[in-house]
Amino acid sequence: MSEIAASPHRPALESWLRDPLPWAFLLLLALVFGMPALKPVFAFLFPGQERPLYEQDSFWSLTLAHLWLVGVSSSISVIIGVAAGIFVTRPAGREFRPLIETIVATGQTFPPVAVLAVAVPLLGFGPAPALIALALYGLLPVTEATVAGLESVPEAACEAARGLGFGHLGRLLRVELPLAAPVVIAGIRTSVIINIGTAAIASTVGAKTLGLPIIIGLSGFNTAYVLQGALIVGTLAVVIDLAFERLGGFISRWKRG
Amino acid sequence: MIDFEHVGKTYGGWQAIEDLSLSIAEGEFCVLIGPSGSGKTTTLKMINRLIEHDSGRILFAGAEIRSFKPEELRRRMGYAIQSIGLFPHWTVEENIGTVPSLLKWPKAKIRDRVTELLELLNLDPAQYRDRYPHHLSGGQQQRIGVARALAADPDVLLMDEPFGALDPVTRDTLQLEMLRIHKASGKTIVLVTHDIDEAIRLGSRIVILDGGRIVQSGSPRDILARPANDFVSDFVGREDIGIKLLSIETVSSRVRRDGSASGEPIAATATLRNALSTLVARGVDSLPVADSDGSPLGAIHLADLVGPHP
Amino acid sequence: MQPLLASDTDVAPERGYLRNRVLLVLVLIALAGGFGLSFLTHAPNRLISGRPVAWSAILADGRFLCLLPGLALLIGPFLRQIRTNHILIALIGAAFAALLFWLAGDAASRLADPASTSARTSFGGAFWVIEAITALAIADALQRAGFGPATRIGISLILVVPIALVLVSGSADQLSIMKEYATRRDVFGAAVVTHIQIVAMTLVPTLLIGVPLGILAFRRPSLRGPLFAVLNIIQTIPSIALFGLLIAPLAGLVATFPVLSQFGISGIGVAPAVIALTLYSLLPIVRNTSAGLEQVPGAVIDAASGMGLTPSQIFRSVEIPLALPVFLAGLRVTIVQAVGLTAVAALIGAGGLGAIIFQGLGSSALDLVLLGVVPLIALAVIVDASLKLVISILKGRAA
Repeated sequence: MSEIAASPHRPALESWLRDPLPWAFLLLLALVFGMPALKPVFAFLFPGQERPLYEQDSFWSLTLAHLWLVGVSSSISVIIGVAAGIFVTRPAGREFRPLIETIVATGQTFPPVAVLAVAVPLLGFGPAPALIALALYGLLPVTEATVAGLESVPEAACEAARGLGFGHLGRLLRVELPLAAPVVIAGIRTSVIINIGTAAIASTVGAKTLGLPIIIGLSGFNTAYVLQGALIVGTLAVVIDLAFERLGGFISRWKRG
Repeated sequence: MIDFEHVGKTYGGWQAIEDLSLSIAEGEFCVLIGPSGSGKTTTLKMINRLIEHDSGRILFAGAEIRSFKPEELRRRMGYAIQSIGLFPHWTVEENIGTVPSLLKWPKAKIRDRVTELLELLNLDPAQYRDRYPHHLSGGQQQRIGVARALAADPDVLLMDEPFGALDPVTRDTLQLEMLRIHKASGKTIVLVTHDIDEAIRLGSRIVILDGGRIVQSGSPRDILARPANDFVSDFVGREDIGIKLLSIETVSSRVRRDGSASGEPIAATATLRNALSTLVARGVDSLPVADSDGSPLGAIHLADLVGPHP
Repeated sequence: MQPLLASDTDVAPERGYLRNRVLLVLVLIALAGGFGLSFLTHAPNRLISGRPVAWSAILADGRFLCLLPGLALLIGPFLRQIRTNHILIALIGAAFAALLFWLAGDAASRLADPASTSARTSFGGAFWVIEAITALAIADALQRAGFGPATRIGISLILVVPIALVLVSGSADQLSIMKEYATRRDVFGAAVVTHIQIVAMTLVPTLLIGVPLGILAFRRPSLRGPLFAVLNIIQTIPSIALFGLLIAPLAGLVATFPVLSQFGISGIGVAPAVIALTLYSLLPIVRNTSAGLEQVPGAVIDAASGMGLTPSQIFRSVEIPLALPVFLAGLRVTIVQAVGLTAVAALIGAGGLGAIIFQGLGSSALDLVLLGVVPLIALAVIVDASLKLVISILKGRAA
């Protein structure tokens, strides 16, 4: 504690400079908005291409569309997944826990791309099947992590909470969920990262995402398009992963020595 | 304050508690003791409805406990357990303030109460208030656990083997602090233990349980001097009942005011057991006795220790 | 005297006649699916979307008897919860799943027009829902019967046999997925082989690099932070992006050193697929190799060295066997992940089952998509189950 109080200004700045998150974020912004400026570079790298820059959509609009798809599907996953995890750890839902665990374990062996592909026969092309496939697949790690997180809450803390006069809801909201949060956040992180990747592939079933330049580039032998889409979606995933890492650290700050 | 009337509890087909009747008066320090499976913890947890009884009645301040909402009942009773169960994501201040904040006390009042309790338990408020449980030793954690149980000034304090997991030195210190807190606050305390020495030291009343029934209930002196049956004699330790009897009386009760002896004086507040130990260690048959500020009170002789016990 | 306020102690819910709420919920979902969705759809050709086939047509001429096992499952929730009943439910479920499959194939044969081969009969939502629910009911029953994980996997394999028999007997050949298979038998076989080959080719460099890195990470804890950070970042990058990022450098490399193309290396195809899959596979292998060695109890190693074993003897006869289950768990994750990612690699021309899936998606031929997806999922599930079986046997032996 005293170390924090005594820490002078310079190391703080230094640690900020060494922190990868702001740099990765700056790189992402530069790629999204600065890609057109790199047109001469791509023209030089791929001299055979007539159109060395993907210009059908702005990268900004593709990024927004990608984030929208991931954001909506992950929100659905989180709401349903956390609720399911809470349900099967309550006395009323305990009986369903083995069933949910079977579904979660088996479902996660299914390749995400397979789930995406079977959503199409059922729901048609476009963003809707992608959204539902992403939400369904994203449920599994969230549910798993919620159950694991709630299980990891020390028995003593639960008993003390009961003995001190917390009600069911108070115990869940103020003791169990905050203590489970680091594990739950880790599960959401896994879920979101998988969804970012699967959303990119969803461009093959008609969803507009950052995967679109990649798919168009692959089918049209335009490696420049592939590179542009891949650079942005890769950086986006890394930025979001780093942000989750930060969130996880913040949420479990009471664990630090 | 707490009355059990023909209370029973079964788990499946197993009778955990059988026809238990017990009255715990206000201000009493009641220790429930017995071997594992005797029903002592079940009895304690039935008081705040962590375990619901099946038959009979349990009264708290004259009212059947089922007339209270479980949460409200529990907020009126402090609760401390062996595994402590501090909330690891809350600071010491937030942990101690748990029940006051459940009762919606104003922030400033909670803060003052936390300061007061930390001081009562000999922890420096400035130093410990903002720490997380993670950074505390086992003994410090249990002090916070006790402070948390006392926070909302409950009518009753329930303690389930609170010192069981601590090292002997820390346990000794905390036992003394509990005695001090009991004396100062006059609270009704119900404590479960399996350690007969702890029971003798702390209890104003000891209730011995076995197989879900009360075998004997009485003051430490009663239990030691007149064990009800062989089970109690064995349980309290037949071999050294005499030594245990010495440990419940202080030197001041046997001091010869007009007597004198040579050597380092023994404190009047020491137990007769300490006195015997000192006599044997020094190889003498009398010791000078001094009061707390060191002024001579008289002397105690070896023969005084073996006299009849009232 | 009944307490007016609910107690919050954990009491088993009062059930009365209802003894298995899980099975009841499953049965209700299956019923809703059966009534609400179509079991089969039929279309005169591949381009027109199918119309539902009525249950009455499917169940004509006494075929409704095939639903009897389903009725038996309906009373399952009210049976006494004893082992015999659980085993009975599992057996009935397996029979039901196979009979439904047979019913679908049978209806497709009857709907088939001998004059034209273009008619298509496809599975509807109800088929998938009821089959999935039945599988879950079997899994739940086997769990309730108290079998260990290894036994459950073994029994599940036996319970798949009836479905396999229906498939082999040819009763299902008129279903559109089987028709797609019939017209592409060679392509399909080659795709499965390529798929497995790519996964196997990935394992060689993964193990050659991953295991030594894992041992290194175990021996030098200071390396773990940076190593896992790098591997985690790779794992974070979407598969399609990593495949894409490798195209340009590999193509450039081949352009500079044309000799490389003789070894089959090029910007697209198997080479970038195997490189990317290896990069993804390193994290689970390195992490579990290191974690497996870390969890070997220090006391065991002390005892071994106290008895005079040399460090290399300790490594071979103590650390490796004790670390094996954790390592194999990492291998399981790696292979299951590689099976799925290989499907994505079809986008860069690596072939495999993904090629069939994307071809189906590209031409809106949904049965073709299924022809790729079903074996893909089956492959992943089989790999997962077999490695789980090995791990639980190893653990059982150690215990």
